[in-house]
Amino acid sequence: MAIESNRLSEEVLKDFFSDIHPPFEYDEGAVIEANRCINCYDAPCTKLCPTHIDVPLFIKQISSGNIKGSARTIFLSNIMGTGCSKVCPVEKLCEGACVFNLLKEEPVPIAKLQRYSTEKALKEKWNLLIRKESTGKKVAVVGAGPAGLACAHELSLNGVDVTVFEKEEKPGGLMTYGIAAYKVTPEFCKEEVDYITAIGGIEIRTGITLGKDITLRELREKFDAVFLGIGVGKTRGLKIPGEELEGVVDAINFIYNLRTSDYSKVAVGDKVAVIGMGMTAIDAATQSKRLGAKEVTMIYRRSENEKPCTDSQLDIARLDGCHIIWLAAPKEIIGENGKVKKLVCNKMKLGDIDSSGRLSPVETGETFTLEVDMVIKATGQLPYEELIGKSSIRAREGKIVISENSETNIPGVFAGGDAVNGGKEVVNAVQDGKNGAKAILTYIGI
Amino acid sequence: MANLQSSFLGIKSPNPFWLASGPPTDKITNVIRAFEAGWGGVVWKTLGTQIKNVSSRYSALNLNGKKIAGFNNIELISDRPLDLNLQEITEVMRLFPDRAMVVSLMADNDRNSWHELVKKVQDTGAHGLELNFGCPHGMVERGMGATVGQDPEIAGMIVEWVMEVAEIPVITKLTPNVHSVVPVGRAVVEAGSNGLSLINTIQSVTGIDLDTLVPNPNVAGKSVFGGYCGPAVKPIALKFITTLAQDEITCRIPISGIGGITTWKDAVEFILLGSGNLQVCTAVMLSGFRIIRDLCDGMNNWMDEKGYQNVADFTGLSLPKLTKWEELDINYHIVARINQEKCIHCGLCYIVCEDTSHQSIFKEDGHPYNTYKIKEEECVGCNLCKIVCPVDGCITMNEQRKGADYLNWKEFQRMGLPLNNH
Repeated sequence: MAIESNRLSEEVLKDFFSDIHPPFEYDEGAVIEANRCINCYDAPCTKLCPTHIDVPLFIKQISSGNIKGSARTIFLSNIMGTGCSKVCPVEKLCEGACVFNLLKEEPVPIAKLQRYSTEKALKEKWNLLIRKESTGKKVAVVGAGPAGLACAHELSLNGVDVTVFEKEEKPGGLMTYGIAAYKVTPEFCKEEVDYITAIGGIEIRTGITLGKDITLRELREKFDAVFLGIGVGKTRGLKIPGEELEGVVDAINFIYNLRTSDYSKVAVGDKVAVIGMGMTAIDAATQSKRLGAKEVTMIYRRSENEKPCTDSQLDIARLDGCHIIWLAAPKEIIGENGKVKKLVCNKMKLGDIDSSGRLSPVETGETFTLEVDMVIKATGQLPYEELIGKSSIRAREGKIVISENSETNIPGVFAGGDAVNGGKEVVNAVQDGKNGAKAILTYIGI
Repeated sequence: MANLQSSFLGIKSPNPFWLASGPPTDKITNVIRAFEAGWGGVVWKTLGTQIKNVSSRYSALNLNGKKIAGFNNIELISDRPLDLNLQEITEVMRLFPDRAMVVSLMADNDRNSWHELVKKVQDTGAHGLELNFGCPHGMVERGMGATVGQDPEIAGMIVEWVMEVAEIPVITKLTPNVHSVVPVGRAVVEAGSNGLSLINTIQSVTGIDLDTLVPNPNVAGKSVFGGYCGPAVKPIALKFITTLAQDEITCRIPISGIGGITTWKDAVEFILLGSGNLQVCTAVMLSGFRIIRDLCDGMNNWMDEKGYQNVADFTGLSLPKLTKWEELDINYHIVARINQEKCIHCGLCYIVCEDTSHQSIFKEDGHPYNTYKIKEEECVGCNLCKIVCPVDGCITMNEQRKGADYLNWKEFQRMGLPLNNH
C-alpha cells in the first residue's frame, strides 16, 4: 500500500476527468427540452434559485430562438450563471422545485439549458450588459471568488471603478481551486472570469493577501468602500490521535492540487477513507477513485437522511464505486513508520435533534477498523478566524457578522459569501456579492 | 367490432378514409403504396389543363416546438400527361378492385373541355368525379379553381356542363376562401351535383425568412399566397361543413369532409358534424400512409365503446347541438374548481385569469409552491383556467345555475333583467 501518483494512463485520466454533465450536443436538443417547460407563473424554480434567475423567461427565450436574450436574462440575475449551471446542486434548488416533479416526471433540465445559452455568450463574447460611465467612485473588493466577482461586476455596471485583491495566483476562488475537475475546468474558470471583467472597470490584482500585503485600514483610506469576500480557509480538524500522520490530507488541499497540476502528478492512496458527506467530500472521494485509488470509503457520522450532499451527488460516488459507511465517526488513525495504516471508527447511532436541526450522532461504544493508507478530511472549512480576529471586524465563531444591508460593524466595510455564511453554494455567494454591491451603491451615493 | 365499411354516393370502400386529391395521389406508385397500407379510396390528383410546377412548393407553421401545426403549398394540379394518368388509374383499379377511385378534374372554362375530360375519365371505369373548384393558387389567375368556387353562377354553370355527360357520381369540391360556402353550395346542388366536398386550402402566408425577408415558400426570392392546410385548419373546416349540413338546400346531398384530419378523433368529429366520409392529405404528407392503421383502429374502438355499428349511426349527431347564440341558455352557469390534490402549482390558471379574465383566482404565497383557489363569486365560467391547466382533471367546471329554467337572450331582454356590473 502506498500513496502514489501516475496510477492511470493519460488517456484514462482525461476520460475520467471530462465533463460529468455534458452540454447539449445539438441545438435541437436544447429546443426540445426548452419546449417542455410550461412557463409557470411565480415559478417555483425561480423562487428556489438564490439569485432568482427568471427561469421561465430564459427558457422561453431559448425556444423562441432568442439565445442572446436568454443569456442576458440569466446574467442580469447571476453573472456566474455559466459556472452555476455546472456546479449548483440543482436537484435541491431550481430543478428540485420544477413542477414536473409533482407529476413524477423528469424536471426540465434547467441547468443544462442555462449552460446552453450562457456558454454561447462566453464563447461568442456577447456584450450583453453595458457598463455605465465611470462615476469616479472607487471600491476595493477582497477576494476574487464568486462573492467578490459578483460584487465587483454589479458595482462596475453602475459606474464604480473596482479593484479586486486576490491572494491566489488566479482569480475565481473556489470555482478555480475548490471544485471537482469534472465539473469545471481551469480553462472554463478563466473564460468565465474574463467574461465578467470584460465589461471594464474591474482590475484584479492577484497574489495579494489581506493582512500581509495590504491592510483593511489602507483599503478604507484609499477606497470609498470595501467588500470582503474572503471565503473560508482550512478544513476543520478531526481532533483525534494520528491526525498528524503522513497520509492525512485536507480535502480542499487535495482538490487544490488536482486543479493546479497535471492529474498524473497528483498522488492518491491505494485505500482511501474520506471523512464527511458534503459536496467537497463527494468530490474528494470520486476524484480519488478517478485518479486510480483501488478502494475509497466514505465515512459519515449520521445516517443517509441527514447527509448534506444531494442524492444525485451521492449517486456519482456510488457509481464510481465508493463505499459508503453511515453512522461512523473517526476515533483514531493508527500509523506505522509515521504513515497512515489504519482508521479506527466509532459506530454511531442517532440521538436527539441538535442545533443543526438534524438528529445528532451518538457513540454506541462499538468500533471497527479500516485498513487505509490515506485519510481525506472533508468535514467543512473553518473561517479565517485569525485574520478576522486581528481586525476590529465583529464576528461570531469566526464568521463575519453583517447587517441586513451587508455592512459589517465598520462603516463602509461590507461582506458576503462563505466568510459570512460559513460555507454555502457558489450561487449563494453570488447573491451575497450582488447584495453587497447594492448596499455599497447606496452607501457611496449612486 | 364495428363495421367501418363505407358507401358514399354508392361508391364503396372498406373504410371511410380516402386520400384527398393532392401530391400523395398523383401517380400509381404512391397510390399502390396507399392501398397496400389500407386506405379505403383515393381522389386522384386533379387532371386537366396543362401546367408547370415550380420549386420550392411547401412551407409550414411550427408552434412552440411542435413541428407543422399548419402547412401550405403552391403546387398546382397534376403536371403529368393526361394519358399516362388515365392509364395508371385503370391499372390501379385492376389491382385493387375493392377500393374507391374518384378522379379530380379541372378543365379549361368551356363546355367542350369539360365534356371531353369527363368522358375520358369515365372510360377508365373510375367510380366518381370530383370537380376542383377550390385550388387557391396558380389556377385562380387563369379563372379556374377557387375563382370558380367563389362565384355561384360560374360554379353552377360548370356543374351543369358536367352533369350533361356524367354517368358516375359527381362531387363538387368547394373553397373556404369565401365568407360563406352556402351560396356556391346551393348553386351546385341546384345544378345537379351529387355530392359536396370541403374544404380546399385557405390562402395564406405561413411566415417569412427573417434573414432573406422572403416569405415562405421561397421561389427564387419571391413567394405567393399558398394553400393552408393541416391541423390548424380543422376548426375552420368543421365550421364550413356544419353550415352546409345545416342549410336546407345543401343538406340534401352528402358531404365528404376534408381539412386537417390527423387523428381518428378528428375524423369522428367530421362525421358527427355531417360528413359522409373523410379525405386526408396533409397528415399522410407529414407521416406517410401508415397512419391509416390508427385512424381505423381508433375509430373502431370508439364506435365499439359507444355502441355504434356503422359510421352512419353517428353521422351528424352533433349537428343539433350547434345552435344560434341567441338560443343559448343564459341561466346556465358554471364555476371552476381546482382539485388541490392534483394541482402542481404552476400558476398558469392564476396568471391568465388575473391578466386577461376576471381576477377570479386567489393566490396564497408559499415557498416554493403557491396555493391557488377559485373565488367562486367572481368566476364567470369561461373555461380559460381549465384550458391552460397542464393536469387533466385538476380544474373542473361545476354547474351552479343562475335560475332553474331555460332562459335565452330574447326572453332576457323582454323581461328587462339586469346586465352584469363587473
